[in-house]
Amino acid sequence: MFVSPLREPLIQGHKTYKQISDDICAPVEAKPSKAWFIATTLSGLLAINGFVMIGLTITYGIGMWGLNKTVGWAWDITNFVWWIGIGHAGTLISAILLLFRQKWRTGVNRSAEAMTIFAVICAGLFPIIHMGRVWLAFFIFPYPNTRGPVWVNFNSPLLWDVFAISTYFTVSLVFWYTGLIPDLALIRDRAKSAFTKKMYNIACFGWKGTAKNWQRFESISLVLAGLSAPLVLSVHTIVSFDFATSVIPGWHTTIFPPYFVAGAIFSGFAMVLTLMLVVRKVFNLQEYITLAHIEAMNKIIILTGSIVGVAYITELFTAWYSGNPYERYAFLNRAMGPYWWSYWGMMTCNVVSPQLFWFRKLRRSVVFTFFMSIFINVGMWFERFVIIVTSTHRDFIPSNWTMYYPTYVEMFIYIGTIGFFMTLFLIFSKVAPVIAVAEVKSILKTAGDQYTGPDAIHKHEEDNHH
Amino acid sequence: MATKKIMYGLYDDEVVLIKAVKKVRAEGLKIHDCYTPFPVHGLDDAMGLRMTKLHSAGFIFGATGTLTALSFILWITTNNYPINYGGKPYLSLPSWIPITFELTVLFASVGMFLTYLYLNRLAPGMKAEIVDERTTCHMFAMTFEIDDHTTDAKKTEIRKVLSDSGAVEIHEKEL
Repeated sequence: MFVSPLREPLIQGHKTYKQISDDICAPVEAKPSKAWFIATTLSGLLAINGFVMIGLTITYGIGMWGLNKTVGWAWDITNFVWWIGIGHAGTLISAILLLFRQKWRTGVNRSAEAMTIFAVICAGLFPIIHMGRVWLAFFIFPYPNTRGPVWVNFNSPLLWDVFAISTYFTVSLVFWYTGLIPDLALIRDRAKSAFTKKMYNIACFGWKGTAKNWQRFESISLVLAGLSAPLVLSVHTIVSFDFATSVIPGWHTTIFPPYFVAGAIFSGFAMVLTLMLVVRKVFNLQEYITLAHIEAMNKIIILTGSIVGVAYITELFTAWYSGNPYERYAFLNRAMGPYWWSYWGMMTCNVVSPQLFWFRKLRRSVVFTFFMSIFINVGMWFERFVIIVTSTHRDFIPSNWTMYYPTYVEMFIYIGTIGFFMTLFLIFSKVAPVIAVAEVKSILKTAGDQYTGPDAIHKHEEDNHH
Repeated sequence: MATKKIMYGLYDDEVVLIKAVKKVRAEGLKIHDCYTPFPVHGLDDAMGLRMTKLHSAGFIFGATGTLTALSFILWITTNNYPINYGGKPYLSLPSWIPITFELTVLFASVGMFLTYLYLNRLAPGMKAEIVDERTTCHMFAMTFEIDDHTTDAKKTEIRKVLSDSGAVEIHEKEL
């Protein structure tokens, strides 16, 4: 064994390049298992049910939801922000960690980027169906029209959001596919049947893998990472502007941008962990998504979870310090009003529970991490619900005060997007390698357990190659 | 016209390949190309490839995005249909920054991606001229262009330098 004393190896099992291809392509090349069919059918049914409920909403209008005059935004925008936030971890892993040259990125970036794309699709559904008359959704784009032309309002954060989300989706897709091309070519070249070869050759755009191809690949990866890093920060910043630029107590808060971005990364990493812990077990990829990967992600969870915690407390302090009675009441109402359970659920899941990851043993426990990742996603959903619903349900005039309860339509739409997300991810896992094969191979010698660099305890034997 | 053929050596390690590329070039032979399963750092230098100008294309696309966004919003809000939003000036640059930024990133990314596909001749349905199917998996190929006029002495020379530099297999193939 050639082990670096400095860092834990990121690829275990003393792999050769051939073995890496075999291991990671195995799930794609094998026939889908019974469990895969059951999981896909179940999530597909949930998705179909969700789309039926969306159909009901479009047919009968937003009256099918529990919204009222006081609470105009509720589950829909909560779900929108939640899904967008989940997407952010994918871009963080693929872009920011690439810029920081974090090699553990290679084990999880492919799935995380897929997760980003699917999450953004789910997110994008909500503002569109909330429009009511979805067939007029193109009104949100600036185009010459016969109404004046009255253009869209370029000073509105809601319009900025249109640009931010559509750019984010496009750039994430481009970034993901750029990385996917060489790996699809690998599956093409390994394929036995002519039909599979043909299909994958179409999908991989006829990739050859020449030195010049790879040189351009490295160049575009680096530039896309450089562009995506500020992009991902801008997207959730702009999402937070949807609230922060309003005059609603509890919303018009200047700390929203960093607080939302940290929360987004926090929830996104939780979702990456939920998915990867299942993937590594089901597809037998524990040697590529190691405990070192899980620990690294859990460390990011402590960091972002603590930022979120500080933000919650800052908000409380500012509400008191502002001396504004409406602002003070908004926060008092969050913690002690009729929705107290969502506030304390959020506090427990997001502030208290991630602190347990200070214990190394817990950070490296797969079972604990799995439950924690679910916990955090629930907590981050509560956070958006708290911000959106509890800030609006008791507004300036007590005669307007009301409660918001979701209807079955809203609940099934939300569950439907989870089903839709899972369906897309399950299909992806059978069609393309869930780990970036080429990128894992490129770190084998420097971060795998065959590391032979200057700090290695054992030197490489010359005849080891053959 | 002579049929285009290539002769190639397969290596099973990228370190050996880079050393081989340097050795072959030092002996004055012209390498046609190298095929690798993953980006091998230092291979482009060893082969004497120029740095790609792809990132410059990215910059130009990005700048186009910036200008498009700014000029379009400026024209709409001050010229085509000015609307008074809450008494704020028509030309309110700070609130245009988010969209300008997004369009810069969008144009740069999409433009660069399309340029990348064009330069690498990548498109759905493109026929891939793969020298060896193992080069996307675990083998590293170094190829030489030969044709019917290539003398046997030249072929022997290529074979010798390939096997001397650590190639595990040597083949000839028509493309």
